[in-house]
Amino acid sequence: MEDCLAKKMEITVSEAEKRTGRNAMNMQETYTAYLIETRAIESQGEGQCAPMDSLWRRYSEFELLRNYLSVTYPHIVVPPLPEKRADFVWHKLSADNMDPDFVERRRIGLENFLLRVASHPVLCQDKIFYSFLTQEGGWKEMVNETGFQLKADSRLKALNATFRVKNPDKRFTELKHYSDELQSVISHLLRVRARVADRLYGVYKVHGNYGRVFSEWSAIEKEMGDGLQSAGHHMDVYAASIDDILEEEEHYADQLKEYLFYAEALRAVCRKHELMQYDLEMAAQDLTSKKQQCEELATGTVKTFSLKGMTSKLFGQETPEQREAKIKVLEEQIQEGEEQLKSKNLEGRDFVKSAWADIERFKEQKNHDLKEALISYAVMQISMCKKGIQVWTNAKECFSKM
Amino acid sequence: DTSLAEVNSFSPSMPISPSSMINQYKFEDESELRDLFITVDDPESHITAIETFITYRVVTKTSRSEFDSSEYEVRRRYQDFLWLKSKLEEAHPTLIIPPLPEKFIMKGMVERFNDEFIETRRKALHKFLNRIADHPTLTFNEDFKIFLTAQAWELSSHKKQGPGLLSRMGQTVRAVASSVRGGVKNRPEMFTEMNDYMETFSQKINVLDKIAHRIYKEEREYCNEMKEYGPIHTLWSASEEDIADSLKGVASCIDKCCKATEKRMAGLSENLLPILHEYVLYSEILMGVLKRRDQIQGELDSRIDALANKKTEKDLFSEEIGKLEDKVECANNALKADWDRWKQNMQYDMRSTFANVAESNLRYYEECLATWESFLASQRVDLHVEEDSEDRP
Repeated sequence: MEDCLAKKMEITVSEAEKRTGRNAMNMQETYTAYLIETRAIESQGEGQCAPMDSLWRRYSEFELLRNYLSVTYPHIVVPPLPEKRADFVWHKLSADNMDPDFVERRRIGLENFLLRVASHPVLCQDKIFYSFLTQEGGWKEMVNETGFQLKADSRLKALNATFRVKNPDKRFTELKHYSDELQSVISHLLRVRARVADRLYGVYKVHGNYGRVFSEWSAIEKEMGDGLQSAGHHMDVYAASIDDILEEEEHYADQLKEYLFYAEALRAVCRKHELMQYDLEMAAQDLTSKKQQCEELATGTVKTFSLKGMTSKLFGQETPEQREAKIKVLEEQIQEGEEQLKSKNLEGRDFVKSAWADIERFKEQKNHDLKEALISYAVMQISMCKKGIQVWTNAKECFSKM
Repeated sequence: DTSLAEVNSFSPSMPISPSSMINQYKFEDESELRDLFITVDDPESHITAIETFITYRVVTKTSRSEFDSSEYEVRRRYQDFLWLKSKLEEAHPTLIIPPLPEKFIMKGMVERFNDEFIETRRKALHKFLNRIADHPTLTFNEDFKIFLTAQAWELSSHKKQGPGLLSRMGQTVRAVASSVRGGVKNRPEMFTEMNDYMETFSQKINVLDKIAHRIYKEEREYCNEMKEYGPIHTLWSASEEDIADSLKGVASCIDKCCKATEKRMAGLSENLLPILHEYVLYSEILMGVLKRRDQIQGELDSRIDALANKKTEKDLFSEEIGKLEDKVECANNALKADWDRWKQNMQYDMRSTFANVAESNLRYYEECLATWESFLASQRVDLHVEEDSEDRP
């Protein structure tokens, strides 16, 4: 297996910068640009590093890249982008897109996206992706020239297929249910986590009030004064410690969010399968009806009701020549249809095979990543507990000296 | 022991937790001579045509010779405690009489007789009586003895004796009159310092009380959210295979931490909140004691002022002045001694209460730490097993 791009090239999104420019309607807008730096990885390790290349991209260009990849590789679970707007925020966190913390977390998310694509066995070989990383000017035009927008399926068509498909592959139906459940449970989890964070913040910060009051109280006490004062200091430390703790937790939330959005990518693959399957079923149905029509014309028996049949009964039969012509047209169409059906069948089977291979790859990645995330959550909790033990041990000592 | 005594129950429950027992029997120099043991328990509700009220059982065990018996059991209602407190204040105006729980709680109480309210009150009444028993002077007060020993009808007839309403009112009027004048201008430095101290102390203790309640509330809200947070992981595990165990592990950890939070909250409500509340009441009591001392001094000062204008017959009044001067000196000494004692107890109470709070938090974090560490160990074991099996061809 050819090595994926991630092994040959170092990719980072190293900086974010606020820019102002004019948008399509010539109105001034503010946006953030991200610096993508790439460098070839030398296999030897000795000697000088290859020079670093860099270019700036904004979020909308990332979106364009992802849309292109989703349409061009519908059988692949395409890695998701970090959220466009801050969601699931607890009260101290800003929901503002320009907030430096949000921008920082988005920078990390974008880097993660690029690394995911670069490590994907299929996606990393895409030329448009490579140019996204290396070619500053004219990239947008290049993407649009591929004409991928024309290949995109309309939402309406996809919805229609979802409701009308008769024999979807059972595995995809199960996968669809799974992705729905995953989406629902992760959103619920993120919502409650935000509320838990809010409450935890409250508990810690109120303890900070002790610091102030102890200090004021210590002023009127002779023997208790020192103990009170130093205990108060520890209460301040305790109250301040929650900021770092919750900031770290935000990264955990981001890891979960990635899989929340991955669920949508899974759905997209299922939708594509449904569409193809529906297309196939429609083509087969069309072929069957044409064959029937042909048979009826040939044998003169009317098995099915058709308007043409009725009108010909009312307005007189057609001539044998007319009938012959019709049969010939139908026979051509039937032949075309059979070829199309064959190729659609082949397409469908190929799609299912390659999609399923990627889904298996995705499943392993997901299980690994989520397990790691849960472990990192435990590590965070442990660190928080240790800090708590330290502070309260110190406070207890101060209180005992009062 | 956190069980609430049931209203109308006849079962004598053990109302006192060991730690609060220690809190009471803490004065080392006094407890070795302890010869009076009092418990307050078994609240019972009584319904008459006019009113509904609660009585508490007061059990006294003593080896003192002034008591006819070594064991007494009586039932008292809140009114009786109020009566005792006012009698003690009357007899010892410049001693610090321990606080009684309040008549009613302003906010949040729908029903006057819900279990939590009754239990909180019972504990406070228990503390009240024991504090009196521990006080070197108050413990020998006659009304205190009657309170502990008299049957219901004996107590109500005793209550009716003593200075009538009118004479009591007269006392109050005279006291107010003299306090208007002063006691402040000739106030010894020491008592001005006490006043200043109490003003600041009162402020701070009130704020601490509010902070503690706020912390309790935040912890409760946190606990509630955690109760929803844990089960989501279990729900998720139902749609997963490989990570189902990890998810269930996290759910179980969150659940255990939640229970640990509940323990921490219980510690606050049993320990810190009642003590802070008592000292809020104490700060009011102490301000009152300082005022009464000022009043007594005021009586003396106003008499002296009145006599300064009369040039003759000074000898006739020297006895009266002498008595007032003695009164002032007694009051001052009593207050000074009691103040020192109170400060020592306050220091002890604050030290042990806050140390307990720290201990409770320590236990909370240690429990949570153990929970998450054991989860982590289980996960790392799994990872190693997986890695090993991957290495094998």
